[in-house]
Parts: sequence; structure tokens; C-alpha cells
Amino acid sequence: MDRRKYLKTLAVGSLGATALLQGCETPKQEVAKTPAFTIDRTPDELAREQKLLSETFFDEHEMKTIRMLVDIIIPKDDVSGSASEAKVPEFIEFIVKDMPRHQTPMRGGLKWLDIQCMKRFNADFASCSSSQQIEMVDEIAFPEKAKPEMKQGVAFFNLMRDLTATGFFTSEIGIKDLGYAGNKPNQWDGVPQDVLDQYGLKYDERALAESVKFDS
Amino acid sequence: MSEFQIKKTPKDYDVCIVGSGAGGGMAAYILANAGIKVVLLEAGPLYDPAKNVTQMKWPWESPRRGASTMYRNFGDFDAAYGGWELEGEPYTRKDGTKFDWFRSRMLGGRTNHWGRISLRFGPKDFKRKNIDGLGDNWPIGYEDVAPYYDKIDQLIGIFGSKENLPNDPDSIFLPPPKPRLHELFIKEAGTALNIPVIPSRLSILTKPINKDRGACFFCAQCNRGCTVHADFSSSSVLVNPALKTGNVDVIPNAMVREVNTNSAGKATGVSFVNKDDKQEYTVNAKVVVLAASACESARLLLNSKSTQFPNGLANSSGVVGKYLHDSTGADMGGILPKLVGRKRYNEDGVGGMHVYTPWWLENKKLDFPRGYHIEYGGGMGMPGYGYGFGMQGTNGKYPGRDGKQKEAGGYGASLKDDYRYFYGASFGMSGRGESIAMEDNYCEIDPNTVDKYGIPVLRFHYKWTDHEVKQAKHMKETFAEIIDTMGGVVTYGKDGPENNYGLAAPGRIIHEVGTTRMGDDPKKSVVNKFNQAHEVKNLFVVDGGPFVSQADKNPTWTILALSMRASEYIIGELKKQNI
Repeated sequence: MDRRKYLKTLAVGSLGATALLQGCETPKQEVAKTPAFTIDRTPDELAREQKLLSETFFDEHEMKTIRMLVDIIIPKDDVSGSASEAKVPEFIEFIVKDMPRHQTPMRGGLKWLDIQCMKRFNADFASCSSSQQIEMVDEIAFPEKAKPEMKQGVAFFNLMRDLTATGFFTSEIGIKDLGYAGNKPNQWDGVPQDVLDQYGLKYDERALAESVKFDS
Repeated sequence: MSEFQIKKTPKDYDVCIVGSGAGGGMAAYILANAGIKVVLLEAGPLYDPAKNVTQMKWPWESPRRGASTMYRNFGDFDAAYGGWELEGEPYTRKDGTKFDWFRSRMLGGRTNHWGRISLRFGPKDFKRKNIDGLGDNWPIGYEDVAPYYDKIDQLIGIFGSKENLPNDPDSIFLPPPKPRLHELFIKEAGTALNIPVIPSRLSILTKPINKDRGACFFCAQCNRGCTVHADFSSSSVLVNPALKTGNVDVIPNAMVREVNTNSAGKATGVSFVNKDDKQEYTVNAKVVVLAASACESARLLLNSKSTQFPNGLANSSGVVGKYLHDSTGADMGGILPKLVGRKRYNEDGVGGMHVYTPWWLENKKLDFPRGYHIEYGGGMGMPGYGYGFGMQGTNGKYPGRDGKQKEAGGYGASLKDDYRYFYGASFGMSGRGESIAMEDNYCEIDPNTVDKYGIPVLRFHYKWTDHEVKQAKHMKETFAEIIDTMGGVVTYGKDGPENNYGLAAPGRIIHEVGTTRMGDDPKKSVVNKFNQAHEVKNLFVVDGGPFVSQADKNPTWTILALSMRASEYIIGELKKQNI
């Protein structure tokens, strides 16, 4: 098999084939139930996943606040959708169950935020107006200029920013936004010429002679 | 009748191998192909990356986006089951020791997720005592091992470049991949500093070598295991072909308790607990080959006590468990401002670095013995859990896309754009060096603790010396110099004397070796130069245990070479009826 066909086969083999088959059969019969996991899971892992997925950590009010915060941190723009559209709140709900060390900082941080807002605006964060929310966020979103009495809020917001960003940029929407171009069978033949030119670089003759070459 | 019974496995074998990683897999492959009947015991489940797939999966297919768990310490997509702690299988430490032990219980062991860095030891690496008077020489030299390195290169496949370096011998190489963008900058900086930066040497097939294994398709995910078996893992490349001979039975989920012996002092086989049915078994064989990993094999020997061997099997010398040593390790990394806002393209490449730095200096001019190599990382990788963390430490330090310096942290559209802007601009480097094997660094049986199978566990005692600390200091100075020359900015790894210059705790580099060291003198070593126990002629150890010193090279290629060599010796001895 030539290399092009080989790569094509790999591409179809890993994703395409099942999609094609399902595509043909869908009209006739019910689509087979999607498995919960498309990645290798050992029996121990599966048991733990099922346990985690059956539990709920955040209450409704907490989730509402998280939803608002993640969209303040990563809003929709002309490139891609918002954090909540990328299901970041659901990711955060899962990750605190998976990593219990995040539970107290998150729950306590949300409470801290509500108390601050009650003191300032006589309303919890979620019930504040958008301008009040932004006024509050401005106090805790900039670690180097935040007032000393806002430090706990800064720590909470740093965690929120981290989890929001990681949740967003590991989602389908986020990976597309970032422009990550890999995770597909290909032939690595070096840095593209226009990029080499941009940085004034070139492969030396030895590298060109020795490195792996591809037939077309 | 007692409710507790020990069942005998019905079949008798020529050879019983404990462990299916690099050493055990190679022994099974060589022996089975010579027509010898082998039973291969593995403490974990069967595994085949073509069936147990995590390769080519997207981060969102893991609910934790690839973060690590107690079941997969190197991340949700990583091929290695297990990690630093295993449920119900503890180990302990004493005297303030910080030793961490990575265990992978599965067919192929730790070879399923390793870095594929496949370096030959050089002539000096076998005779270091002759050079600096420290530690001990091996009873063999490079010339004894070289023919086996050659065979392994061809059997398994490795890419690299011919360099003719005196102590980093060339393998029989497949062509290497071209460097990535950040690797070109590293190479440029290295050249300016007289630090060699050469193509890496990884056991990944850039060209097909046989009909059973495909060629690399450049997804950068070797640690996930390869569905087309284009990288080396013992399970795919050795155990599966060995099974095809029909001469090997694999017993998975078999946790070996001890090596059994008879009144003549010969090994007769092993006892094990089957993790599936929780029953106790014995299996008989003419020869026992331990390949359970350096520490696990030492544990087995120490737990195999009898009236004849009160100190543990093959341990009259008292050396079993001693001379435990791991590679040194220290890291540093940062951001290359010239790479911000870079053009996107598929930069995955092979699973790991395309360039590395072999040890390049003369110790005479330095204040520490032995050397280290440098591994490099960076580029536009697939985001996973942790991607984007700590932006407040980056976006306040460099001007953004609009050229303006902004306040660190933030939120909103401008923050969102920062993640795009800085993507692919970070890089890192890691030193991996040689430590001196010390008698006083050891594992032993903890007198008070057993695991859930009732097997006494290991207790570790380990202290780095000044040699290793100075080496880490030198690594840090070198890294800072390279980063500075590249025009990079350090974001992590600035360490000083307060934490031994970031020197990793022993065990963390997962190159632990030396616990059943090789030697000519039975009073000072456990096995002879053919990995055969001095005291028990039909007992062999073919993992990292027999290493006298570990060089600044990753141990796998040498484990494979020595296991192949020992296996050929076993074939000869069986034929001559010496064992």
C-alpha cells in the first residue's frame, strides 16, 4: 500500500468507518446506543466514572453563578462561542467531583463573592445587574492591582479563570478557536516554508539529507 | 480440609518469566522463538493499544479533559495503568526518604507509555570507576553488549543520526524527523554556546520495518500506545509475536508472591495469587527469570526466604535491594516571545522531541562526576487539562497583540484572545543525568507492612549526595544560558540551593535500577555477567536490577540488550543441560 492510501485508511479506520456505517443504517433502524466512553477504560475506571457522573456537587444557585462567571471570563466573540456554549459549567461540575481539592475553594469562593455583593449591592452576585457584576469582578480579576482585602477573591477568580480557560480550550469549540491543527494522520516534513521564511530560518543541508523523506 | 488451598498450574514449563515489560518481553520473545516452552506471568491485565484505544481521541472525550487520575497518573489518555500509588499495594519510606515508585500493572508494563528515548550506553559507561574512582565497573564492556544493541535496533526499529560520538554510540538508525520550529531555535542557541543539539534517538518507526507494524503517522501520542504498533512497547513488539510461536502462555493478573526452591537450592517455579479468582497457585519451571522491575524483583527475592536462604533468595551477599539509583532530573522552561501569535499548522510530529543534547563536557573541568543529557519540549500541542492555567503570570509580562502592555489577569474578549496569542510559544527542557550507585541507597522489606495480598512490602531509604545536587545546579545554569541565548523568558524552574536546584526526588524519573547488581564477585553482587544469580544457577534477573551504573542514558535499550544476551545464554545452558 502506498503511503497516501495508508494514511487514508488510518483516517477512515479511526473515525470515518463507523460514521459511514451508521449513516447507511440510520433510516432503517434505531442508532445503536452511544457508549458512554469512547476511550479505553478499565473496570475500576468505569466504576469510578459512573459514580462521579451519578453525583451532583453544586446546587442550582451555585451553577447559576458559575454560568455567569464563565461567560464573563470567556464571552462569545467573532471567532467562537462563549464558555457556557462550550459546556464549561458542566465541565467544572465534573472536575470538582473528580478533584475534591477544588471543592472548598470553589464553594467557599462563590460564597465569598455573594457576601461581598450583598455588602455592596444588597444582592447576591447572580442577582446583581451586569454593571454591578463587572464592578465586583474588576476588584478580583487583576491580581497585581487588587486591594489586600480582595486577596481571597483574587485566589478564587484565578481558579475560575484557570478552570474556565482549560474547559473552554479543550472543548470542540475551543480547539477550533485555538487553531490546533493536529490529531490526524499526516506526514511531518518539517516547518512549512513560509514559516521558515518568516523567522529567517532554514534546514541545514545535513538535516535535509538525513531526515525522513516521503514519496510525494 | 482447609478452606485455603494452593493450586498447581497443570502444565510444567521450561522457563517461567515474571513480568512482561522490556526485560520480560524480550526474554519471552527470544526463548519462545528458540522453541522453549515459556509461561509469562504479569501482575496486570492484558493490553493491546489497537484494542484499548486512547490514541487519536480528543480532549473532550475524557470528562476530565485528559487530567490524571489515581488509575492513570500520567493522564486519562496515557497508556500506563497505575502510577505512584496503587490501591492496596503500599510501599513505605524511612529516615526522611523521599522516594517515589512508579508501577504499571499491565501487559508490557511501563513500556506502554514511556518516552521511547533509546540510547545505547557508551564504552565509558561500563567502566566509570576507571575514570573517576567512584562506584564500580561493570563486569562487561561495551563490546559485549554492542552486538545485542545492533540486533535490537533492527528488531525493534529506532531513528536517529550518525554522529560518531565517543560515548554515545550510533545505532542502526532509521531516518529522523526534521526539527520543529522551537527545536530549530534551540539548535541555533546550542550551536552558539557549543552545546550539541542533534536528532533525538527514539524507537519509533519513521519507515516500516516489517509487515506486522505500521509506520508512524505523526500524531505525537506515543504515550497513548499506538494502534498500528509504530512505536516500541513490549506488549506490541515482543509479547504478541512471542505468543504467535505457540510456545508462550501468558497468565495475566498474576501477582507473584515468591520464588520456590527445592532442597538442592534450585528454583522450581513461583507461587502467585490470581487477582481475578483470588486463589493461590504455583507454577513449575526449569528456569525462573525475574523481570518484574528492579525494585519488584528485589522484593521477590527478599520475600523468598527459606532455611537454605534465610536472608532471601540469592542474597548471601546481602546486596539485594542495595545500590538502588535513579537518574537525576531538573527542568526549566519559558516563553519564546518571537513565537507569540504564530501561524497555525500541524506540528505534532512523533511522540516526543525531534532533537536532544547528549552529554558534551569533560568532568575534569567540573565540580561533579558524570553527566546528563537534555530533553526538549514545546510547540503547538493538543490542549488538555491544565492548558491556559496561570495566564495571570504571562499576560501581564509581555505586550499583547496590539503591542500594549496590559494588567496581568483579567477577563473577557481581551483575555480570550490572550490564550490564542500565547498558544504555542512555550517550551521546556529537562536534564536527565547519572547518579552514583551507593550501597546506602536501598529498598528492603518493611518488617511491619503487607499489601492486600499479604505480601510484605518494600521500604525505601535514599539520599542524594552533593554530586547530584551539583549536577542539578549545572543543569539549571545551562538551561538558563540556552533560554537566554534563544531570546526566551523563564517562566518555571528557577531554583536555587534552598531546594537543591530543583533536583527531582529519587524515583521520579522512573529510571530506578541497580537492586540486583551484576558482578564477578559473589560476595559483592547478586548476578553474574549473564544476569544469572551466583547462588541459584537456574535463576536470572533481566530487568534494570542488574545495572551496576545507569549512565546518563535511559535504561530501556540496555535492559533489552542484556535480556536478549541473557536469554541466548539460557538457551545455551539448557541445551548443555547445565541448568
